[in-house]
Amino acid sequence: MAIFRNGTVLDHDSWTVVAAGAPVPAEGDIIIALADFIAQRDALLGRVGPVGVAVEAGEELDDIVGDLPRLVLVALRFPKYTDGRSYSKARLLRERHRYGGELRAVGDVLHDQIPLMLRCGFDSLEVTHEPTLRALREGRVRGVTVHYQTSAREGREAAPNPARRWLRAS
Amino acid sequence: MYRYDEFDRRFVEERVAEFSDQVARRLSGELSEDQFKPLRLMNGVYLQLHAYMLRIAIPYGTLSSRQLRKLAFIARTYDRGYGHFTTRQNMQLNWIALKDVPEILGHLADVEMHCLQTSGNCIRNVTADQFSGAAADEIADPRPYAEILRQWSSIHPEFTYLPRKFKLAVTGAPNDRAAIQVHDIGLELRRGEAGEIGFAVYVGGGQGRTPMVARKVRDFLPEAELLAYCTAILRVYNLYGRRDNKFKARIKILVHETGIEELKRDIEAEYEALRAENETLSVPAEEIARISAYFAPPAFESLPERSAAFETALLRDPDFARFVERNLVRHKQQGYAALTISLKPIGLPPGDASSSQMEAIADIAERWSFDEIRVSHEQNLVLPHVRLDDVPLVFAELQRNGLAESNAGLVTDIIACPGLDYCSLANARSIPIAQRISERFADPARQREIGDLKLKISGCINACGHHHVGHIGILGVERKGEEFYQITLGGTGDETCSIGEIVGKGFSSAEIVDAVETVIDTYLALRTGPDETFLQAFRRLGEAPFVEALYPAKAA
Repeated sequence: MAIFRNGTVLDHDSWTVVAAGAPVPAEGDIIIALADFIAQRDALLGRVGPVGVAVEAGEELDDIVGDLPRLVLVALRFPKYTDGRSYSKARLLRERHRYGGELRAVGDVLHDQIPLMLRCGFDSLEVTHEPTLRALREGRVRGVTVHYQTSAREGREAAPNPARRWLRAS
Repeated sequence: MYRYDEFDRRFVEERVAEFSDQVARRLSGELSEDQFKPLRLMNGVYLQLHAYMLRIAIPYGTLSSRQLRKLAFIARTYDRGYGHFTTRQNMQLNWIALKDVPEILGHLADVEMHCLQTSGNCIRNVTADQFSGAAADEIADPRPYAEILRQWSSIHPEFTYLPRKFKLAVTGAPNDRAAIQVHDIGLELRRGEAGEIGFAVYVGGGQGRTPMVARKVRDFLPEAELLAYCTAILRVYNLYGRRDNKFKARIKILVHETGIEELKRDIEAEYEALRAENETLSVPAEEIARISAYFAPPAFESLPERSAAFETALLRDPDFARFVERNLVRHKQQGYAALTISLKPIGLPPGDASSSQMEAIADIAERWSFDEIRVSHEQNLVLPHVRLDDVPLVFAELQRNGLAESNAGLVTDIIACPGLDYCSLANARSIPIAQRISERFADPARQREIGDLKLKISGCINACGHHHVGHIGILGVERKGEEFYQITLGGTGDETCSIGEIVGKGFSSAEIVDAVETVIDTYLALRTGPDETFLQAFRRLGEAPFVEALYPAKAA
C-alpha cells in the first residue's frame, strides 16, 4: 500500500488496518474502524502502540472529538472521488478541533482531487490508482496554485496581496 | 466592470493549463471517461446528443463589447456562427470539438473570461438582475457581491464535490428579476434600520423534478457576513445533503426532509463557529468598496428628464413607440434608459444570436451604452445605459440587424430549453414548439392586447426552460415514443414566487399550440380589463375556468 506523505511516496506504511470486528494486535501501529474504537475505547487508549481511527464518509466526528489529542492518525474515507463529505470533516478536524496528528485520505484518492485534499488539511494519502502514484512520484500533481480562499493550511500558504485578504498562493 | 489583476489572470491561466493537462490525460487513457466527466463539466464541457457543448460563464450576465466580440469570434471560428444565451446568463456553443476546447479557453482568458463551474456538482456561476446598476428601483448594485461570491466559490477546496449542483442568485431590487426564490441560495439586497446594506437570505429553492420555493433563513444579514454565512450553508449541505439518490440531492430536499427550523439552527450554529475561527470570511468594508469601484456608475451626463429627439420619434414612428413600450426600462439616472434587445424574433429559436449580430450589438454598446451589455435570465440581451436622445438611433441600428423585436415580457418572449434538438436528457423538442407559438401570436396588436405573459417551455422534467415559474408553463414528456406536452398555470419567479400547477393530461405536438391559445382566449374573456394581467387573473379565478376550456368533455 503506497502512502504519499510530506511530498514523497512511501512504499511501506507502518500502520496496520484492523478489519472491522477483528481482534486488536497487542503491538504495532493500528488503524481501527470508528465503531470498534467506540466499543473498545478505554482498552485502545490504554494500549502501548499508537492508535488511529478510520471514519467513513457518512459517520460523525462527535465520538472522537474528545480523544483527538490521543489519536496519532485519523483516516477519512472517500468512498468515491465524487463524495465530498470528507473535505468538510478534514477542515473541521483541523480548524475547529485543532487536530494536529496525521490526517489521511483513504479510498478513491485520485490525481485531480489531491490539491483540494491537501488544502482541506490532509497530510497523507493512501493511493492505489497507478497513474496517480506515477504522477505523484514525478511531481506532476500541482493543480492551480493560487487560491481565492484560505484553507486548513493557513501559515503555510503565502498571502500575495494583503488588500485582498483571502487570496493565497501555495 | 470587474477587471482582472495579476492574481486573477494567473488563476485563469493556471486553470486552462490544468484542464489542458486533464484533456491530454483523458486522451492518453490515464483518466477514464468516468473520472474525466466531472472535470470536463467543471470546465463547461458537456456531451450532448450530437456533439460536445461548451458553456461559457458570463458572471452575473455582464459583458463588455470586447468580450462579446470575442464570443462572436469563437462562435464563428469553432462553431456554426451562432451562440445560445441561457437562463443562467451564460452562453452555450452547441457544436464544438473537444480538441479545440483548450484553445477556446485560451481565447476566453485573453478577455478575462472562462468556463469555470458552469456545470458539475459545484457552486455554479452566480447570477444577478440584468438591470443591475441601471434599474430605478434598485437599492444597491448586486454585482459587487456577486463578484465576491464568484471569487470565493472558484475552485473552493471544500465545496467542489457537493451532493449536487448549487446555484446562487442576487437581486438588488425588491422587484426580483433574478428569480432568487428558485435558487439554492437567493440573496436580496436591502437596507437595515441605520441605512446599512445587508441581505435577506433564502435557501432551498429550485426547479427540476421537485420544484420548491426557497425559504427565508435570515431577514437581514450584514454585508460583511456574506461569505461566512454562505460557507455555513454550504458546509451543512455538503455534510448532510443526500448522496444516495441524484434526484434527491439538491439542498431543497435537505430543507424539506430536515425541516427549515432545524436546518436554520444548524446553519446558524455553523456560522457562529466559522466566524470565531476564520476572520478572513468576514468581508472588510474596504474590500467591498474596492470591488464596488469596478461597478461604479459610468460617467453619466446631467440630462433633462425629457428628450425632444426621443419624443419626436415616439410621435412619428409607431414601430419605435411599440419598442419603447415593451423594451425600455426606466433608469435610475435621469435622461437615460435601459433597453432590452429581444433574442426572440418571431419564428426563430429563443436565445440565439449570430456572430454578426453579436458584433453589431458590441458596436452599439460601445457607441451608445458605455461599452456594456447584459444577458438576462430570460435569454435576452440588455443595453443598460442609453441616453434617451440616442434611443431612436439605437433602435434604427437594432432594426438593421434584425434585433428590434418589440416583445419583451409578451407572450412571444418565450424561454425554452434546447430540448430534444440538442440535449441528451430531453424527452421532447422545445424549440419547434416555441417557434410555432411565436408564429401563432406573431401579430403585434394581439400580443399587446394579451399583455404581460411569461411563457416557458422545458423539454423534460429537469425544467431548464423554467416551466414551473411560467405564467403558462409547458413541459415536454414522452409517451410510447410520442412527444406530449403538459400545461402548468400560475407560476412566477418574481418576488411573489409560486410554482405552476399541472392542469390536466398532456397535449400532442399537433394540439399544444391550440391549447395555449385556448388558455389565452379564456383569460382574455374573463379578465376584469386590460389592466388585469394573466397572472392576476389566474390568481383570482383559479384553474377551474382554464381546465373547463381545455378539457370540455371532462367538465361536462
